[in-house]
Amino acid sequence: MGLLSSRMSITRYKVTGQLDGSLHETVYQGLKQHAIPKIEDDGPEATVGWTSFETPYSPDFEGYSFVFGANMVFALRIDKKSIPPKLIQKHYALYVAKRLADTGRHYLSGNEKKSIKDHVVNTLVHRIPATPNVYDLVWEYDTASLWFFSNLKAPNEALETLFIKSFNLQLIRLFPYTEANLMAGLSDKERDLLQDIGASRSEE
Amino acid sequence: MLDIAVAYSRYKFLGNEFLTWLWFMIETDQGRLRKYDTDLVSLTVGNRLVLENTRNNAKETVTIKGDNASLEEGLLAITKGAAVTEIHMSYKAGVQTWEFSLKGESLNISNLKLPETGPVETPDDLEGVVLEKVYLVEKVVGLINNLFSHFIHLRVSNNWDSQTASRIRKWATSH
Repeated sequence: MGLLSSRMSITRYKVTGQLDGSLHETVYQGLKQHAIPKIEDDGPEATVGWTSFETPYSPDFEGYSFVFGANMVFALRIDKKSIPPKLIQKHYALYVAKRLADTGRHYLSGNEKKSIKDHVVNTLVHRIPATPNVYDLVWEYDTASLWFFSNLKAPNEALETLFIKSFNLQLIRLFPYTEANLMAGLSDKERDLLQDIGASRSEE
Repeated sequence: MLDIAVAYSRYKFLGNEFLTWLWFMIETDQGRLRKYDTDLVSLTVGNRLVLENTRNNAKETVTIKGDNASLEEGLLAITKGAAVTEIHMSYKAGVQTWEFSLKGESLNISNLKLPETGPVETPDDLEGVVLEKVYLVEKVVGLINNLFSHFIHLRVSNNWDSQTASRIRKWATSH
């Protein structure tokens, strides 16, 4: 899902804080430092990192290629390994049968079964390729506005975590309360009223 | 400001009331909407409207789907205390039309279809298309911010219940 898709989903954020130094250079360094690795490693179940909008499968931020007019456009990529449960079941059954044959026993303890299951999952994770998911974002620094092209919970949470780690800036998701508080131009008195407001009688 | 997670749950009713007010405005006062957004030609309910009634600790959901579907059932639900939780809309400004859905509790935009833009045939076309897309998304985001801002000022005013909420109730019962 992204900016060039025919149908889009957007979660809106307000960016709080200011960057020190040159804007584009600081963002470039943050992106480079937390870019998704180009070579797929055989480690964890999920890898999260920044990638470029134009070439999401080969991250490249050189020449500030993420700058489009007054906006910065890049993407979050989450590479996730999903092991089909039936595959785990098959390898687990084979391991259990082998262990029983090797030891000459008729049953295994709970701890042994758990240890076999962990071993099976760890082995399979190293053998299965990760599936990449790319989520574009548009960041307009001057207005402190950021659009993330997904409404899914996990990618939004990953974005919020990686953003603060990369740029030391916090993202505030815009939903009714934050939109009212930060975007609607309420006076201090109106903001106080907002704190105590309850649902309308007709919609209680 | 409140803790974000607490604020999300505590105030999600505001987003649903916003969508209910917006439906009421769409049906009864396009002129005022045009004052709020000077580029607006029309704002109409599209092919999906979801309402929820959480009175008496029970959740009742009414979903109306389809082009030109009758919205009578939605109005009936409003009279029983329901609020709009999701609305699909068609926004026309100038000669261009946008379609999108808005969720009350999150104000998330989904299923957004922008007016047609030029194709990306060469790498040189990309920047122009990106800037055009950003401009077109901004129109919808600006519309939502603008409408929500007008709503929230009304909502925190002293006469919300006696005037606006009362007009919404009358509108719903008059059908």
